[in-house]
Amino acid sequence: MNLPAFFSTATGDFSDPARPWTFVFVLITFSVYLYIGWRSRVKETKGFYVAGQGVPALANGAATAADWMSAASFISMAGLISFMGYDGSIYLMGWTGGYVLLALLLAPYLRKFGKYTVPDFVGERYYSETARVVAAICAIFVSLTYVAGQMRGVGVVFSRFLEIPIWQGVVTGMVIVAFFAVLGGMKGITWTQVVQYFVLIFAFLIPSVAIAKLLTGNPIPQLAFTFGDIAPRLNALQTDLGFTEYTQPFQGKSMLDVLCITFALMVGTAGLPHVIVRFYTVPDMRAARYSAGWALFFIALLYTTAPALGMFARYNLINSINGKSVEEVQSLGWVRSWEQTGLLKYADKDGDGKISFAPGEAFKNNPETKKIDVNFPDGENSNEVYFDRDIIVLSTPEVAALAPWVIALVAAGGLAAALSTAAGLLLVISSSVAHDLYVRYFDREASEAKKLLIGRINICLAIVAAGYFGVNPPGFVAQVVAFAFGLAASSFFPILLLGIFDKRTNREGAIAGMVTGLLFTSIYIIGCRADKIIGLDAPLFEPWFFGISPEGIGAIGCLVNFVVTIVVSRLTPAPPREVQDFVDSVRMPTVT
Amino acid sequence: MASEKREQYWKANNRLIAALLAVWALVSFGCGILFVDWLNQFSIGELPLGFWFAQQGSIYVFVVLIIIYALMMDKLDKKYLGKSK
Repeated sequence: MNLPAFFSTATGDFSDPARPWTFVFVLITFSVYLYIGWRSRVKETKGFYVAGQGVPALANGAATAADWMSAASFISMAGLISFMGYDGSIYLMGWTGGYVLLALLLAPYLRKFGKYTVPDFVGERYYSETARVVAAICAIFVSLTYVAGQMRGVGVVFSRFLEIPIWQGVVTGMVIVAFFAVLGGMKGITWTQVVQYFVLIFAFLIPSVAIAKLLTGNPIPQLAFTFGDIAPRLNALQTDLGFTEYTQPFQGKSMLDVLCITFALMVGTAGLPHVIVRFYTVPDMRAARYSAGWALFFIALLYTTAPALGMFARYNLINSINGKSVEEVQSLGWVRSWEQTGLLKYADKDGDGKISFAPGEAFKNNPETKKIDVNFPDGENSNEVYFDRDIIVLSTPEVAALAPWVIALVAAGGLAAALSTAAGLLLVISSSVAHDLYVRYFDREASEAKKLLIGRINICLAIVAAGYFGVNPPGFVAQVVAFAFGLAASSFFPILLLGIFDKRTNREGAIAGMVTGLLFTSIYIIGCRADKIIGLDAPLFEPWFFGISPEGIGAIGCLVNFVVTIVVSRLTPAPPREVQDFVDSVRMPTVT
Repeated sequence: MASEKREQYWKANNRLIAALLAVWALVSFGCGILFVDWLNQFSIGELPLGFWFAQQGSIYVFVVLIIIYALMMDKLDKKYLGKSK
């Protein structure tokens, strides 16, 4: 998921009362992260890569939730949903449903396997160094692109709330992550993630509860969403303004596309290495199952609140601006402050003295600055308001007239979400480079101490690389989500699943499946997005496969992988006896 | 453990997984997407039912499914392995 507009408005010219609070909150939370990092120093690779496999199920659930929910989940998702209405359900179901697949099909068995990384499993199950290397490269690529966005998020939160340049924010974030990740490895990351989960969930729930109470009188967002009267009122309001109803399905996407995207996100979630590897850190298979349950419970707290927040904020925003005179709108404090950031723009296009909402983009881009500009009104529609979707979460505390410290809490929450996800991803990159590639192929005889040192050096290198991309984001970062999930869905998920549930799947099948799934998905995504990813003037082709969008094509890539893997496996020799015994061993809780 | 018993354990596990995944698909792809228009003629509270499934109900069901799986597997482990670990 991307944060384009929020990222681009780095020049905070705010002098708001929340700033001192933000300093205090950031200072407190960062001190706690540093303290935990120091307390969880590790001396061996097992501690460094899988936290000594001693993390209790409940704690791992909270850590997984923080690992999973990024700056984008925290800041952008509710806003996206408020723009998309029903169609936003793809994110809600897609990014939670994958945990059912993880809990039932992957996590317990991968934990039983008991090594450190996803490529470890692939290499051993498919008795193939090629498969291991392909898996390691996929893991690095997916995680590196994903982490760049997180570092950027850290920099932007700093610059928006503390008015320091983005690069200084990124460097501060890098130093903090480096401290606890280098000293404590997975152990340090785990325990900071547990704390970060609680920071981010409180930061998300407090403004949501406040706006639910304000609009419906019911403080529980989920209940206010379902039983309050905002939904029918918003539907009526939208119909009046010429929009379709908020709850009306398939407005922007076809049913097939919604199905495919939801499926791709679910399967992609279950195949993301930084999520899977969290389940390597618990004591046994049983803990892995419960841990997945806790993780989804913690995630669901945010994911069932987000659609409520999105709907309330949309209703509130339209209601407080639409049909008001220009002077009235100008007099709203939060409108003034968000107008300064460029995330909210309005102009009385038709000169009737009132500001009105309508379908369509109110303004066009200024050809020079390439930014939306009120001096370039779009005459095709009567819409007079532009607002960026990131406003939804960030402006809620101000709109609901909450105390300045709540705004500061939201800043700390955004940082916690970004840092926790970044740390988990960095560990995957470091373990893939150090453990799966370097030590295995260049330094097999390395002592335990040397292996640990190599892991630490690699995490430093990964942090520097992520920081560089955070400061100088390549153009494709915004497109990365489709890529990361598509690749995880079309490469890892099928061969992990078949590796456990189908003994007959062999090396030839797995490699053929991974390669065809990957190629199909990457070519489709790159072709449809050639203008944005590789800088061509236009996409190479339209979404030709039944009109499925690049976000959803991972679903088809996943099926392609399944079919190829199964067919090729049947046509080539069965895996050796010891591999079949290995499959038996990961299926059972105790060594038999 | 004897390989016959191991087969039984694995089959029982697979049956449980299949049943739970059927519910998983039914609430998300079924109620949340395929039948959403039809379900929207009903409502829960003030929300159309299909919309509710897509943005609330399916997520609650997901959490419950994982908890049921963990609990049922505890039972299965106990039956075949003689302890709850």
